[in-house]
Amino acid sequence: MDYVLNFSVVWRSFDHLLGGLGLSLLLALGSILIGIVIGLVVSFALVSPSGIARRLAGLYVTVTRNTPLLVLVLFVYFALPDLGIRLGDIESFVATLAIYSGGYLAEVFRAGLLSVPKGLSEAGQAIGLKKMQIRLSIMMPIMFRNVLPALGSTVISLFKDTSLAAAIAVPELTFQARKINVESFRVVETWIVASLLYVCTCAVLAMIFRRVERHLAIPR
Amino acid sequence: MDFTLTQILHQLWIARIPIVQGLGVTMAAAALAIVAGSVLGVGVGLALTYGTRTLRWLTRAYTDFIRGTPVLVLVLASYYILGAAGVQLSPFQAGVLALAVFCSSHVGEIVRGALQAIPIGQIEAAKAIGLTFPQTFRYVLLPLAIRQVLPTWVNTAAEMVKASTLLSIIGVGDLLLASQEVISRTFMSLPFYFFAGFLYFTVNFAIEHFGRYVERKTQIPS
Repeated sequence: MDYVLNFSVVWRSFDHLLGGLGLSLLLALGSILIGIVIGLVVSFALVSPSGIARRLAGLYVTVTRNTPLLVLVLFVYFALPDLGIRLGDIESFVATLAIYSGGYLAEVFRAGLLSVPKGLSEAGQAIGLKKMQIRLSIMMPIMFRNVLPALGSTVISLFKDTSLAAAIAVPELTFQARKINVESFRVVETWIVASLLYVCTCAVLAMIFRRVERHLAIPR
Repeated sequence: MDFTLTQILHQLWIARIPIVQGLGVTMAAAALAIVAGSVLGVGVGLALTYGTRTLRWLTRAYTDFIRGTPVLVLVLASYYILGAAGVQLSPFQAGVLALAVFCSSHVGEIVRGALQAIPIGQIEAAKAIGLTFPQTFRYVLLPLAIRQVLPTWVNTAAEMVKASTLLSIIGVGDLLLASQEVISRTFMSLPFYFFAGFLYFTVNFAIEHFGRYVERKTQIPS
């Protein structure tokens, strides 16, 4: 095997890779923010006393967690236009990843809600807070602290899932890497640099979450 | 585009064999990846927990690198790099290799978590009665760890079925690619993407329920 590593081609296109990484992060940010809102609503439905709400929320979680993301992405991008729903490639991907992440985040939040001691929401009732007030100012702050570790790993895995946007030609990191690979044939170099960019970003995200966790930890 | 139900069913009937074959390829890829990845993953988990310092460091670097990289990047890298390195693998083999590597890092972490949860006293007791490490593993660690590992491991299996869709991107004729071929012939994107999604859902739903069953069965009765 006489393959000589030569990173110069990759460095020349490094701006494209960085731009791709930026777009990956934006895709992740946009869809996770929407996903958190969906996840919160669905998680409260999952623990609600109403049977219908529980069932509907359960169905949503089961479907999003058991269907491959790539199938959902292709479905939203290629099949929904037949129903008259036409979205650009970026919007369509963000919408799909938001719906997909909603299911995962709902499960994370549900576990968090169940970990909030019952006495606290009863105390809220006792001082006359409304249902919504109890959810927003008692359950959510405690739940968020409890779920931070799980939230962190879910967010990181959703960030990695943005690579699937390459399948519908959104020019994010994986798409750019593949393009450089095909144009330059510097196969090994391209993929080493691309995956290192992903690995470093994931490490930074993990570090940020650990910081936040330590910062917000409930003092005991 | 509007199609009547009869037209859709007719096309589905015409495409039944490629779709079933695609499902077979999906299941084969996922199953091979799970088996190879789990064997490798148990080794990784043992090395992470009981290895020498160098071995621990190496396996930690391996799992962190693999877990920090998207599966799609692993699949593409395995496909292109092995080709450039002169290793002639079919897309199926390259894809399964990538999935197995991905699976091994996850199983490795699961196994490490389970082994570290075992109280140190168990290992000390095994040493005290003179068991060698393989014996300790076989009679003490494995029975304890397996209860922790199994439910999460079944989840990983479902993840692998989902990740196997990525092989369609490098041209492996799995369920997704088979459906896409039908779509490019008939333009019936809505029904056939839906059908593919439904089949994947069914497979994973079954795996998920099997996981719950395993979880109930392996619980230490209290």
